[in-house]
Amino acid sequence: MKRMGESFEKFRSAEVKRMERRLFLKQGLSLGALAMLTGCAISDDEGVQNLLTRISGWNDDAQGWLFNPNRLAPEFPESRVTRPFPFNAYYSEAEVIDVDGGKYKLELGGMIKERKPWTLPELYALPQVTQITRHICVEGWSAIGKWTGVRFSDFLQRVGADTTAKYVGFQCSDNYSTSIDMATALHPQTQLTFKFADQILPPKYGFPMKLRMPTKLGFKNPKHIASIFVTNQYPGGYWEDKGYNWFSGS
Amino acid sequence: MEAQVKVHPLVVRIAHWLNVVAVLIMITSGWQIYNASPLFDFSFPDEITLGGWLAGALQWHFAAMWLFAVNGIVYVVYGILSGHFRRKLLPLSPLAVLRDVGAAFRGRLAHDDLTVYNAAQRAAYLALILLLMLLVLTGLVLWKPVQFYWYGQFMGDYEGARFLHFFAMAGVFLIVVVHVAMVALVPRTFPSMITGRVKA
Repeated sequence: MKRMGESFEKFRSAEVKRMERRLFLKQGLSLGALAMLTGCAISDDEGVQNLLTRISGWNDDAQGWLFNPNRLAPEFPESRVTRPFPFNAYYSEAEVIDVDGGKYKLELGGMIKERKPWTLPELYALPQVTQITRHICVEGWSAIGKWTGVRFSDFLQRVGADTTAKYVGFQCSDNYSTSIDMATALHPQTQLTFKFADQILPPKYGFPMKLRMPTKLGFKNPKHIASIFVTNQYPGGYWEDKGYNWFSGS
Repeated sequence: MEAQVKVHPLVVRIAHWLNVVAVLIMITSGWQIYNASPLFDFSFPDEITLGGWLAGALQWHFAAMWLFAVNGIVYVVYGILSGHFRRKLLPLSPLAVLRDVGAAFRGRLAHDDLTVYNAAQRAAYLALILLLMLLVLTGLVLWKPVQFYWYGQFMGDYEGARFLHFFAMAGVFLIVVVHVAMVALVPRTFPSMITGRVKA
């Protein structure tokens, strides 16, 4: 009996070892396969893509929770301003649009009480503030710039925007669009910007106005703003609809 | 039946393999993210990156970071509270590390007793743990440079954190390459990270 038990034990352990070895090999192979797969192949899988999109949505909530509406982005001395400040858009610098400032009117829509369009002289007459802050691109690079304009929360209050709504959306003259959370819209450094480095915004930086937010990545800062709307319906945006994270806050 | 001794607790084995998956995703997607705006005069070949393009790589990176961070926290808390770190990684003397690294290069580093890490292993594993922690800390500054400015300012703010994040990745990559090479040289260490046991 004892002998039989022993030989069975020996047999079992050899068999188990073989199984284990196969398992190691398989695991090693699947890890290797994961490593060898190009990003495209595995990322193109619909199930994987759905999961990643869901997690990105969950990351929006996590970032909203992490966002402290009173925490200010660091400001810098004038000597730290990056010159020349880099141009960036979904098109090349040669394709920058030329908006006619004389005919320009900023349109307002959605959950806003006073929706009369604003001309540039009317906007320029509002009290303005200046900030020297870091602009961080989703690509990784950053640059420090000097922006002047109206505190966006002041503007929203002035036009009677419903600040309990979830989103503020932007449509731009260059067919760009984006949207932000209300908490960031009301952040003290969120600015409806008319000037860059003390000069009226040149076309390449978004004439006649952009929204400057040092608490968001660069692509969340729309240029050439044509209309602003307040809504509870998720508006998405140009890059957001292509897969970039919506909140993208700093 | 051969006598076996336990070398790796279950928590450590699970954390190890989850970490392999998480770090593999973090590094390969991180290379794609790096390529969007390289810090140095080179890019990573697309074939060894994950995500296909910047937005895809960012989705992978910001998904796997949760697995990486939660798994890492469980591992570190376990390692400290259970005494696992103290037993396996300490004491660590610089002299012993030099001696063992020298022995390893001459092919004379003994691996008779797999239950005890030699000084070179201790140094490498400890460095790996610290580098992975540095990746989390610098990563948080890159992800939320405003919210974490209170400590990000001590590592050169956003731009400083970019370089530190890159160098920490390079350090992890180097240690992993050496680690995998050592496992290939002493193959009986490999099954022990799955079964938890080695022959006594």
